[in-house]
Amino acid sequence: MNSFTLTQATAADEAVRDLTSHDGAAYLGGGTNLVDLMKYNLERPTHLTSLGLLPLTDISSLPDGGLRLGALATNADTAWHPEVEKRYPLLSQTILAGATPQLRNVATNGGNLNQRTRCYYFYDLATPCNKREPGTGCSALTGPNRVCGVLGTSESCIATQPSDMCVALAALEAVVRVQGPDGERTIKFDDYHRLPGDHPEKDNTLKPGELVTAIDLPEEGYADHFTYLKLRDRSSYAFALVSVAVGLKMNGNTIEKARFALGGVAHKPWRDQEAEKMLEGQTASPDLFRQVAAKVFAEAKGYGEGSLHNSFKIELGKRAIVRALKQATEMSQVVNPNVFLNSNP
Amino acid sequence: MSQTIATPPTVRLDSDVIGKPINRTDGPAKVSGAAKYAAEFGVTGPLWYGYIVSSPVAKGKITKIHADEVLAIPGVQQVFSHENVSSFAWFDRAYKDDVAPGGSPFRPLHEPEIMFNQQPVALVVAETFELARYAASVLRIEYDVEKHNTDLDSVIGEAFDAPKGKTGFVPPPKPKGDMNKAFAEAPHKVAGEYIHRAQHHNPMEMFATTVDWLGDGKKMKIYDKTQGAPNVQQYIAKIFGLSTDEARVISKFTGGGFGSGLRPQYQVFLAVMAALELEHSVRVVMTRTQMFSFGHRPHTLQKLRIASDDQGHIQALEHKALAETSQFENATETVVNWTGILYNSPNTNFDYQLSKIDVYTPLDMRAPGAATGNFASESAIDEMSYKAGKDPLDFRLLNYTYSDPTENKPFTSKRLDDCYHEGAARFGWDQRNPEPRSMRDEKGMLVGWGVAAGCWDASMQKAAAKAVLSADGHLTVNSATNDQGAGTYVIMTQMAAQTLGLPMQQVTFNLGDTNMPAAPVQGGSWTANSVGAAVKDACQEVGKKLLKLAQKMDDSPLAGVNFEDAQFVDGHIRANEDITRSVAIEDILAASGEDKIEADGKAGPNPINQLKYSMHSHNAVFVEVKVDEDLGTIHVTRVVNAVAAGRIMNPKTARSQVLGGTVWGLSMAMMEETYLNNELGRYMNHNYAEYHIPVNADIHKIDVIFVEEEDDIASPIGVKGVGEIGMLGVAAAIANAVYHATGKRVRELPLTSDKLL
Ligand SMILES: Cc1cc2nc3c(=O)[nH]c(=O)nc-3n(C[C@H](O)[C@H](O)[C@H](O)COP(=O)(O)OP(=O)(O)OC[C@H]3O[C@@H](n4cnc5c(N)ncnc54)[C@H](O)[C@@H]3O)c2cc1C
Ligand code: SF4
Repeated sequence: MNSFTLTQATAADEAVRDLTSHDGAAYLGGGTNLVDLMKYNLERPTHLTSLGLLPLTDISSLPDGGLRLGALATNADTAWHPEVEKRYPLLSQTILAGATPQLRNVATNGGNLNQRTRCYYFYDLATPCNKREPGTGCSALTGPNRVCGVLGTSESCIATQPSDMCVALAALEAVVRVQGPDGERTIKFDDYHRLPGDHPEKDNTLKPGELVTAIDLPEEGYADHFTYLKLRDRSSYAFALVSVAVGLKMNGNTIEKARFALGGVAHKPWRDQEAEKMLEGQTASPDLFRQVAAKVFAEAKGYGEGSLHNSFKIELGKRAIVRALKQATEMSQVVNPNVFLNSNP
Repeated sequence: MSQTIATPPTVRLDSDVIGKPINRTDGPAKVSGAAKYAAEFGVTGPLWYGYIVSSPVAKGKITKIHADEVLAIPGVQQVFSHENVSSFAWFDRAYKDDVAPGGSPFRPLHEPEIMFNQQPVALVVAETFELARYAASVLRIEYDVEKHNTDLDSVIGEAFDAPKGKTGFVPPPKPKGDMNKAFAEAPHKVAGEYIHRAQHHNPMEMFATTVDWLGDGKKMKIYDKTQGAPNVQQYIAKIFGLSTDEARVISKFTGGGFGSGLRPQYQVFLAVMAALELEHSVRVVMTRTQMFSFGHRPHTLQKLRIASDDQGHIQALEHKALAETSQFENATETVVNWTGILYNSPNTNFDYQLSKIDVYTPLDMRAPGAATGNFASESAIDEMSYKAGKDPLDFRLLNYTYSDPTENKPFTSKRLDDCYHEGAARFGWDQRNPEPRSMRDEKGMLVGWGVAAGCWDASMQKAAAKAVLSADGHLTVNSATNDQGAGTYVIMTQMAAQTLGLPMQQVTFNLGDTNMPAAPVQGGSWTANSVGAAVKDACQEVGKKLLKLAQKMDDSPLAGVNFEDAQFVDGHIRANEDITRSVAIEDILAASGEDKIEADGKAGPNPINQLKYSMHSHNAVFVEVKVDEDLGTIHVTRVVNAVAAGRIMNPKTARSQVLGGTVWGLSMAMMEETYLNNELGRYMNHNYAEYHIPVNADIHKIDVIFVEEEDDIASPIGVKGVGEIGMLGVAAAIANAVYHATGKRVRELPLTSDKLL
């Protein structure tokens, strides 16, 4: 770990000024990701602008009927907020499917959006990794890559964005509010994270110095038909192999509006708007769900066979979509299938 | 005070403690944080910190170490590497520890050659931990990289028969009959190949050593994370040419070991070396990543062939295994023998081979070898039962053996049959529909029930203890054994209390210090048996002295009573024939005028019994799984683990051992696997986030049954040990249950969801 200085900012514009006036500075939210990365010597900021005192912890209603989530509200406070639980249960469940209570109590919404990939090689300085050190190569292309993606990958990087929360935010079509040296702007959630292309070192479309101040949720929260299905290697404290967040508006058995996104398969929460359209105006049925699932993975590319390699995610992902859509239409079993609620005492 | 009055026997016997579910005596210290682990001890004077630098390549040679750049940083004391570490011992055998396998042990910082990835290549010592870590991160080292090979599949052709040479390793049994012919002719048969890759122990506590440099010649107190302080001491003493007085090794608490602490790890070498060179106290702690840099359960490939006649009697049994080892040592485990111990067959063939790759030497990990072989053989036996048209439990009972077929010896005791019956009754096995895919729960999930048996050694090692009864009536017993969480502290206290008839509060048991009488490393499930017998012996010797003193008292009611005819109960010595003839121990002590009474005790294997008998513990495991077939998710909803392991000294700590073993078996079955990248020659999921072990939500109902055995031949105290047996059977029972649920036989661990898609 390298030495660094730290400033406690008390206002957003002050934080932006503080960060931009130091070379090699980084924002510090809850620190659950950044501090780990510093200990691993992967990130070496020389200055930290701590956001802990920023007045951005509120969760408040918006005039258009939506809800604003402060960037410094913790993941736990967001998940358990009465308005979120009532109107956006999908978001609530998705947050609770991630990490552990201890981490969620500290992790912030802004930090969650910007957490880095869990690709093994990214975390290991002894190995080539284009995301960590551009131009060194991608060890995951041929090596064990169970954590890596199968959609929207490039030959430079096949990493995934690991957040659960972001999968729901993509399905909910949230908007990210940012403030930078040139003032404020908003970014549609679909445009917030990016695909690796030739620049896997860039996870998102934030410009230098930009600070996330809030996440705005539109009015529609799909509280009647939603599900978050997270498939993982153990019941908690594991990142998704594949996850699906679904929000539907139903009229009887007809799907009026459909939004869904996948986690664990791509460099960003994966949405397929054409696939969503295939559902709209249609009667819910397993056949339809299978067609939709096939469409989503039509262009998928697996990187090797066996359980250490990720080709299985294509079949698993299709099945997850079918199951998640079924759960959301029927509102039958909105529990994480990995967590088995045992009837035996 | 000289008058002794016969006391009537009391009803409640505080000293009758063996077999009682008594809380751990070390529990309060552990939960309150008072228990100190190796990296937590303070030292006399200032402490410096060593940070280990690990090789990023698997094979090659160090060409240059830019130590000068790092030494220029204020506060950095030294950079140790092969360039400046003097050669301590002429012969590599000095580096051999008590449980080293055959070959040439790894010598840290000895030469520039790299033999495995994450090999320690330098130690940076600085005034603070943070500084040492920073300095290590900027230390530039240049390598001549050579081509490595870590792919076991590519060296199958180079396999060789596993050589003898390691303590506890039993070569495969000799073949019997004509395996090929019997197999070819039998009406029912199965053949299968089984795989699991490397698994790492990952105890919670990182390997760590604090060397307290006492400033008196070369005298040191070496606080080490280990499963055996004496083994570390002799290793250190031999390498550095130190006396046992100079190298005192202390290990009061061990935050889990599971075999990883059987051999001295390289941090203890580095810490002692640095302390000697700098004449200063030094602490070295591994990182979690470095916890993946040494021994592990070896990647093993297995083949089984079994055939039976129409009645279901096994006619042919073959078990072959091929495991990885390092280039420099031959790590051996007993893998295939257990199959031959559990089942009799007129025609058998066993084979166990090794192949070398560029990794560190594998190392015993809980139920070493047996856990490996057991998964494969109990899966194959299960498959065989279906082929023979038998219920899997009936098939096992049909082929039950009352003597050990591999050595043609009777068992000292074997109540596996009762484990089967009691376990089956508790589980409700008779409700099972034999047809695969025939059972579902109310939510439509496929349900499967599986069974498997397990077998482990009941072995004994040489051990010693010392008991001291002080004038105030407090008994202190010491032995340099270890408690890695097993409950050694409490069961040895029980043993001492029971032997001398004292209440638990009046007894203290100490361990983990080489100033105490020697004991073997804690492993192999032999501690309760070996150290327990030594503690009993020491206490009995004190008891004999007490009896003699009692008989010297005026008008002693115990006059003429032999030790064998006396009982030690509730603070008194009494005559068996007439328990009103009794003297209080405190009165004996007072009358004697001695300030303490002490005695040494020892125990060891009985070679005659070992020749005559086969000594084993057994278990039967019943498992229920529920499978979501579309998604491939498996839930282990119920386990019954019935264990026959001689006398149970403390059902509470023994149950904890079996619960832990069961969870470990589940972990092996469903999650554990270290991902080796063969191109980089490096394990990649080297942290708790990606090397998966179960969380609470993965664990459901686990029922433990002890089927007690009376066995005074396997052990003078009737104990067989429960450290490993609880783990056996579990992985196979889960795989067998998954087959019953889905009709899919998975022969590769772990059973991750992708394997069921
Ligand atoms: C063991 C473990 C298990 C986990 N499991 C899961 C899981 O299953 N699912 C899951 O979704 N997550 C999981 N997480 C990740 C966790 O959700 C993130 O670490 C957390 O959300 C990050 O939030 P933070 O506030 O602590 O961010 P920090 O660590 O403070 O920051 C992370 C990054 O975001 C930047 N940043 C922070 N705030 C802002 C802001 N307002 N504007 C711009 N940039 C900002 C920082 O500079 C840094 O680069 C796990 C983490 C750990 C350690
Ligand atoms: S997938 Fe991306 S993060 Fe992983 S090794 Fe390749 S470049 Fe690095």
